[in-house]
Amino acid sequence: MLEVNGLSAGYPGRRVLEGVTLAVRPGRVLALLGPNGCGKSTLLRTAAGLLPALEGEVLLDGKPLGDYSPRQAARRIAVLPQSRAVPRITARRMVLHGRFPYLSYPRRYGREDEEAVDRALAAADALDLADRPVPELSGGQRQKVYLAMALAQETETILMDEPTAYLDVRHQLEVLALTRRLAAEGRAAALVLHDLCLALTAADDVAVLGGGRLLALGGPEEIFQSGILARVMGVRLERAPGPGGWRYFCALPEEG
Amino acid sequence: MKRLRKFSIPTESVLPALAALAGLSALMSLCLGAVPVAPGAVLAALLGGGSGPAAQIVLYARLPRTCGCLLAGASLAVSGTVIQGVLGNPLAAPNVIGVNAGAGFCTAVCAALWPARTAALPLAAFLGALGGVLLVLTIAERSGASRMTLVLAGVAVSGMFGAGIDAVLTFFPDALNGYTDFRVGGVANLSMARVAPALWAALPAFLLALSLAGELDVLLLGEETARSLGLPAGRLRVFLLALAAALAGAAVSFAGLLGFVGLVAPHMVRRLIGEDSSARLLWASALGGAALLTLCDVLARTLFAPYELPVGVVLSLLGGPFFLWLLLRQRRRGGRGHA
Repeated sequence: MLEVNGLSAGYPGRRVLEGVTLAVRPGRVLALLGPNGCGKSTLLRTAAGLLPALEGEVLLDGKPLGDYSPRQAARRIAVLPQSRAVPRITARRMVLHGRFPYLSYPRRYGREDEEAVDRALAAADALDLADRPVPELSGGQRQKVYLAMALAQETETILMDEPTAYLDVRHQLEVLALTRRLAAEGRAAALVLHDLCLALTAADDVAVLGGGRLLALGGPEEIFQSGILARVMGVRLERAPGPGGWRYFCALPEEG
Repeated sequence: MKRLRKFSIPTESVLPALAALAGLSALMSLCLGAVPVAPGAVLAALLGGGSGPAAQIVLYARLPRTCGCLLAGASLAVSGTVIQGVLGNPLAAPNVIGVNAGAGFCTAVCAALWPARTAALPLAAFLGALGGVLLVLTIAERSGASRMTLVLAGVAVSGMFGAGIDAVLTFFPDALNGYTDFRVGGVANLSMARVAPALWAALPAFLLALSLAGELDVLLLGEETARSLGLPAGRLRVFLLALAAALAGAAVSFAGLLGFVGLVAPHMVRRLIGEDSSARLLWASALGGAALLTLCDVLARTLFAPYELPVGVVLSLLGGPFFLWLLLRQRRRGGRGHA
């Protein structure tokens, strides 16, 4: 389990987040929501150890994250980052690098790694892209390849920064279905999402961030009832019963 | 068999082909010149069988030059490949970002102060190259690390070191006496005594870079991704740049400020074999760079025979336009990833 305790995070001279406490629990999907620039990505990066905490602590299975070597940490936490370079290599080769944390010297990928790559490509629905150079792929296809790379790490915790960016609606839904499957396998997932409606439908827990603080943390039902999400995002949020659960809708608030 | 667009040469046969090309260019370099020597006589001389003036020419005039070309070409090309990869900048190369100029400055200082210590020259050149690369890196990172900034910082740093070289030569006009055409780079009048120390600097650096090829692969995914995969990206970048400095320094210590091999050769081999494997790319760069510089030197010697151009002039005629083309393409694309 990955926990942050009283976490303040940000960059030298610019504190973005203050006093955040939450946990990414095995078997559950946590959605991080909030307006642009509220510190969702900063939270994710700090929880993954990519950014040092200014105050408070990040605990992985009860031990400070800093006690793990970078390689050990990378075997337990996978990150789908927001900024993505486009190397001139094939998609398969790229996904293979997800196995890097498992390599000892000399760095040669073996049979097991290739199998993990096949599983990851299949799970991310990217098998047909395997032999294509990454620069030739569309934004959505690259996104799937990046997702496959994070899956190939086969970690118990996976953190995704806007995994649905660049994806059309069907693939957005597929990514969320995939995340649900990961949770069903007992893995812990945290996602930064922009689509409130999608998040409320798919997540077990919802964290609402705003103004550099954690404003609310709870199940979708609780968060919806409290009305805080609509307030923070500056929208009207409504729902109607749909097949298999609630369907949520956003709209601009009415004038007056 | 994976084929990476544009060229339809299977990647598996690129390395042997480049090795053959390097071998062929070395043979041409030994045979051609003011006095042509037949390939048979060259081989005889190399194996210790020949005698007479032809063997003398091959062993004492041409062999050091050929070895120098192969070593300088390979070192600069590998240095360029590492620099371009680590900085994620296709415009970067040892001569572009001030590494060569830094190495040249320290070589000149060392040669002026300790004229007898030729074996120390690669070390001095390495320190200068390292100074150059760290200076440019610091400047570029402070100003937001855009590609053009890095190139411009390199221009400024090269200019300063160039002025330093001129200042040293003003006070010690004989400092670089053993060198022909230090400022543009040249390989005439080399001796094995000058090439050998550079080899002992370049070889370990190349092997170390090769041993880090797996890490370099991951580094190419971008710093953020590399770190999320457990790679200490910051430290690794500095170490790899130090290796690139050692390689460029080794070349500069005996051949002067050769430009553009380190820029052109990496791009050529990338086109041939893609970037899937940095280990293959490093080998290909070494072979391709060696072949490129040796062929340019053969051209420099034979185009206007009996007059000889410094090989640096030929390289600049070839590399300058190529660099401009890269610049223009950068502006058109403005995208990420390598050219």
